[in-house]
Amino acid sequence: MYVVGCMEGDCRFKTGNLRAKKRVFQAKEILEKVGIGGDRVEMFNLSSGEGPKFAEIATEMTQRIKALGPNPIKSKHVKKAA
Amino acid sequence: MIVASKKPIEEIIETVQGSKRLLIVGCNECVTVCEAGGKKEVGILASALRMYFMNQGKDMTIDEATLERQCDKEYLEEIKHMVPNYDTILSLACGVGVQFMAEMYKDKPVLPGVNTTFMGATLDRGMWGERCAGCGQCILAKTAAVCPVARCAKRLFNGPCGGSTKGKCEINPDTDCAWQLIIDRLKALGRLDDYDELMPIKDWSKDRAGGPRIVVREDIRL
Repeated sequence: MYVVGCMEGDCRFKTGNLRAKKRVFQAKEILEKVGIGGDRVEMFNLSSGEGPKFAEIATEMTQRIKALGPNPIKSKHVKKAA
Repeated sequence: MIVASKKPIEEIIETVQGSKRLLIVGCNECVTVCEAGGKKEVGILASALRMYFMNQGKDMTIDEATLERQCDKEYLEEIKHMVPNYDTILSLACGVGVQFMAEMYKDKPVLPGVNTTFMGATLDRGMWGERCAGCGQCILAKTAAVCPVARCAKRLFNGPCGGSTKGKCEINPDTDCAWQLIIDRLKALGRLDDYDELMPIKDWSKDRAGGPRIVVREDIRL
């Protein structure tokens, strides 16, 4: 999953994107510590005119998730059920 | 408020790993304000622990509850019907709540989920500072509402000491010298003459030196 906020300093909600960044960082840290992997979540900052960059990020995240493989909990449950 | 900070999740995992049925209980008061042990933190911690133990292949039930307060019996009683269903309670309240919970549910292990730190105020978003040490004999009237017990590293009553430099304390260049703050404020209030008055020796028996304290109000006791 990735969260896309406005460029820092350009948020309509003033500090909304900065708070979002902190929360995403917290989520990454928790996921890393519980063994799921913090790289599954990311925060990006883009302006509304950066469509191509948005597409690049989507590709990057897709590649990253594919490389990481499925959620380890899900795969363990599938094995258990089998 | 009582200020606490979240314990590292690794420490919590270590303390709860023997449990099979865990109840995480938050508190709606101080620890909610300092974002350490409120309903939101209970939810995040419960989800994190579920993920961790599922990933470890351990079958563990983790449920959540958040009480109005954990320092009053009537609120602790609200989970009376739930407690028998769990083998361990993890309280995200301050140390007071953890102990009071354990006093009420005597046969249940009650574990702390936060580090209780001090009585303080919100200085900024995500920043809290100590303001009161609960010394039992408030002298703020004499010190222009700046507490040397809580805010002077040496708890000096007639300061500052020689470690005060440019308004900062020798223990840390970011820490204000409480006595510099007192002098500045006395000056601003036109009361600098009060600084000349020597403060008497404090009766520390009203502080922790006198052992655990209890307040009895016969005028309101039933």
